Amino acid sequence: MKFLEKKLVALDVTVKDPEEAIKKAGELLVQANLVENTYVEAMLRSYRENGPYFVIAPHIAIPHARPEDGVFEACVSLIQLKHGIHFGHQANDPVKLVFGLGASSSEEHLTLLKKLMNLLNKQENIKKLFHAKSYEDINQLIKEV
Amino acid sequence: MHILCVCGVGQGSSLILKMNVETVLKELGIEAKVEHSDVTSATGANADYIITSNELAETLKNRATSEIIIVNNFFDTNEIKHALQEHIK
Repeated sequence: MKFLEKKLVALDVTVKDPEEAIKKAGELLVQANLVENTYVEAMLRSYRENGPYFVIAPHIAIPHARPEDGVFEACVSLIQLKHGIHFGHQANDPVKLVFGLGASSSEEHLTLLKKLMNLLNKQENIKKLFHAKSYEDINQLIKEV
Repeated sequence: MHILCVCGVGQGSSLILKMNVETVLKELGIEAKVEHSDVTSATGANADYIITSNELAETLKNRATSEIIIVNNFFDTNEIKHALQEHIK
């Protein structure tokens, strides 16, 4: 299980559209050998087919696909966007944080989601994530969850 | 009572929603079986209520027989609580 480790976090990232944002969040997982390329493609496909439903809180997107789309290990990456991007979500646009979720079918998946919930259930944590300048800022937050 | 939390692939957001819905139901003292699924399986499901985002509600509205409850912020237990109280009486 890999949760927002240093190599899975990129800050102040510029992207031109939602697809590029999803791709970048996915690529962090691919580079760390946690998911296959096919998984990132499935994330993009889900966005095209189902729309931006995974923008599940104001300014927060959690793109994901199915374990069988190519996940080696349960994992979460984060892209902090320099400029908010409109995903087409009625209530929660613009997106500023993109959490790439590598969904596994193991117990670890639940543990990982609980960590993510503990992090994002607090409004003050979200504000800190918006304004994080370095990985150290993020690390402070995830130590507590 | 049977409640189904729905997202596009049924692996991430719907599980987060399910966990927060369970927390809220406990607070409200409502007993219910809460499950999660993807949008395709949800259309044939036999749930009393489907909880999902506005985006997927549009898709489900015409296909599912369950009453649909929309939640915008899956992390906001207050919003979830209000949405549940409005529908479940």
